[in-house]
Order: sequence, then C-alpha cells, then structure tokens
Amino acid sequence: MADEEETLRQVTEALGSVAKVPGPITMETHILHDLNLDSVAVMDLVMALETRFDTVIPMDRLAEIETVGDLVRILSRLDTAAGGG
Amino acid sequence: MLGKYRALRQDQAAVSAGGRNPFGLAFDTVLSATEAVLDGRRVLLLGTNNYLGLTFDRDCVAAAIAATEAEGTGTTGSRIANGSYGGHEALEKRLASFLGRRGAMVFTTGYQANLGVLSALAGRGDHLLLDADSHASIYDGAKLAGAQVTRFRHNDPDDLRRRLRFLSSQPGDKLVVVEGIYSMLGDTAPLREMAAVKREMGAWLLVDEAHSLGVLGEHGRGLAEAEGVEADVDFVVGTFSKSLGAVGGFCASDLPDFDVLRVASRAYMFSASLPPSVVASVGQGIEAMERRPELRARLAENGRRLHAGLAAAGFALSAPPGPIVSLPMPDREAAVRFWNLLLAEGVYANLALGPATPGGRPLLRMSVSAALDTEQLDFATAAIGRVGRALGVAGGGPAAAAAAE
Repeated sequence: MADEEETLRQVTEALGSVAKVPGPITMETHILHDLNLDSVAVMDLVMALETRFDTVIPMDRLAEIETVGDLVRILSRLDTAAGGG
Repeated sequence: MLGKYRALRQDQAAVSAGGRNPFGLAFDTVLSATEAVLDGRRVLLLGTNNYLGLTFDRDCVAAAIAATEAEGTGTTGSRIANGSYGGHEALEKRLASFLGRRGAMVFTTGYQANLGVLSALAGRGDHLLLDADSHASIYDGAKLAGAQVTRFRHNDPDDLRRRLRFLSSQPGDKLVVVEGIYSMLGDTAPLREMAAVKREMGAWLLVDEAHSLGVLGEHGRGLAEAEGVEADVDFVVGTFSKSLGAVGGFCASDLPDFDVLRVASRAYMFSASLPPSVVASVGQGIEAMERRPELRARLAENGRRLHAGLAAAGFALSAPPGPIVSLPMPDREAAVRFWNLLLAEGVYANLALGPATPGGRPLLRMSVSAALDTEQLDFATAAIGRVGRALGVAGGGPAAAAAAE
C-alpha cells in the first residue's frame, strides 16, 4: 500500500495546480465545501491525480469522494490494484 | 425543497446584478436568422449556432407549412407506442444517404440523441471514455449508461491511449466519445490521431458532429469527412438544431443490427416523436446542405472575417478561425459587463461561465452564420472592439493579459 502521507502530499500539490487553496490541507478537508471546487473542478483534480499516479479512477467512484482523505484512500488502494496488474 | 440551490441562486443574482439576466433573456420577436428585437430595439444575433442561416430559408419554411397542413401539428406520441409517420422514415433514409451510412435513427432533440445512444450502447461491464470537455448531454448519457466512465484529457490522444491500455485487461466494450467541434472554444478534435488510437486499442468510436455537421468536410458531413476518417467512426451523432435550423437529433451507423437500438434506447422509446413540420424542414435543410455548398463557404469566410477583425483589435482568441469565436474573459464580472455592454451596442453574443466552460473560465462566445453579411460582421467587430477597449480586455491591457493566460 502506498504511504498515505506521501499520497496526501501529492494530492495537496495537485490541488494547488487546479485551485486556489485557502489554507492547510488535511485528510479532513472537505473538497466541495472547504475548497469551494465545483463539480468540474473536482473532475479536473481527479484527472491531474490520475496522470500523477498513472492510474484511472472511474467517474462513478467520485460520488464517494467528499474529503481529501477519501481521495487519498482511493488512490492508495488503486495504486495497489494497479501494481498487481 | 429548493433550499439546496441557495448558492446557485446567489450566483444567478450576482450575474444579473450587472444588468440583464443573461440566462433569462427573451426577445420580443426574432426577425430573421441574423436579427431580433429586444425591448423595442433591433439587435444583431451573433450567438445562434444557426450556421447555415436556414431558420428562415423559404424552402424549409414552405416544407414545414405544407407538412403541418397535411399531417397536423404534432405526433402526440412515441414511434414505438404510437407509430411512425412516413416522414420519419423518409428523413432517416435521407440522412443515412447524406452521411453515407447504412442506417440512421432520429431523436426528438440532440440532447436526447446522446442520452439515448450512450445509455443504450454502453451497458454494465462496458467502458465509456469521454473527452474532458464533452457536452453535458454526453456526461448525462454516460451517467445513465451503467458503464464505467473514464474522462481523458481534452484532445489528448496519448492520454486516451494510456487509459485504454490501463483498461485493456478489463472485459467489456470500450467506446470513445469525442466531438467534431467543441461548442465553448470552437476547437476541433485531432480526429486522425484519435482514430489511430481507437484502431490500435480495439475500441469503438462515437463522434458528436453537433457543431460540425454542414460546417466541415467537402460535403458537409463533418469533421470525420474533413479528416478522412469516416471509416473509423462507428457512430455519428448530431443535431438538427444548429446547421439544419430546427430541432431534433440523430445517430447514424454502418452496423448491420443498428436498428435494435429502437427497442433498447429509452430516450427514443419514451419520447414523443418529432412533429411533421420539423421532419419536413430538416429534410429540406439537408437538400440545402447538399445543393448549396456556397452556404458552407460563406460560413467559413464569415468565421475568418470575424476572427481576423477581433485579432486585429487585439483580442486573445481561443481557437483558429471557425464558426465559433470565443473570447476568454479575465473574470466573471468582466464577462458579465462585456456581455451587457455589447448588448447595449446592439449585438447579442453568448455569455458562458463555469462549470459549463473548460477550466471554468468565463467566455464571451460568438457563432457566425452564413446569413450574416459583411456589413453586419464589421458592425459587430467594431462594437466588440469598443467594449473590449472600454474594459481593457483588448489591445494588450492588463485585463487582456489576464484573459489570455
């Protein structure tokens, strides 16, 4: 499993590339409310992360992503799945 | 019940505070393909998608009137439950022959064509790969589809390839969806490269030619014709509401059992069919598309003229010359002001805001028509230039630099 701390660091970096981040990002940061991202900005963030992690996050998984932590956990799990083929 | 829309309502109020409500505009009357009356004043229409100017074409209007007199105002039901009129089938044959395809299916709107086709084609276990800048109807169709949906970077064949590779070990059909011309910025898909990726990876390809039908290609069949890759396109989707000047949508294909979608596509099965007037005017519109290539040439010339005029005025433009000309705006407030001031100058354009625009960036979007004459285009160009200079959006001002970023 990928290191969650490292994944969070990468997510934070990617967030900076698609949005103006108002304050420190934690696992509890709510993507829609705290970061004021609209639905398309969230999809753009996910696409940036897909490229960074060389993975694919199907769009139906977006519904489960509310916090930065949700995103980090999905990415960590996908990483393992991708690594396993 | 509507409490969840508080933020949306506030956004709407903010946008309308600068003058009119851009999303609730109502013309007193529409006079022609290029002019309307708004609050008693004539305005030039520069945001209609009426590419060939066929809404007032004499033959199209006459065909619609004759069909209404002969067959009535509406069909009052769906084709599955209430039967097709002869005109529906004749239009499908006409359209298929125009596009050089084995079969075509007509839907009641372009939105429903994408909804009905994507949801029927890509079921559970299949994969849909959508260009990131896809129209809402494509996203909504994908939502209904039950297939796994993946979004690839706009116009990026390498990203598409990477994703198809990633998914290659998973079972199910893979359907790639792109558009001929993207409606917000007016850019076209790199269709030859996309088609090569599709071939290489064994995927299917659907091209939505909503803005390119009648516009691109020697015969007006769209981007696939212009790029010489029609054989790679498995499904062509399009609309009658732009170059054909009416309403309705379609899908055409060479697949021998394509017809099965008539009893699989819910948007087709459960919508009332197109009224005789529309069926007749669209049929006549296809005739015009075929017999009057000068309309397409005129449209292209008008697109070039507006593009060149605005570039000369110092605007940053979002795409090479084409039927859609969009100006990136530095922020929403400037976009709203620009739109209002331009309307006060007598020119109606489209205000496009996020999330409907790529990256959520605000745009002043215009589309030209073959029906515009050079005097009208020059009038519009001058008006846009005046507003742009007044707001510092044109001619290298700080706002222009911000918009160009």
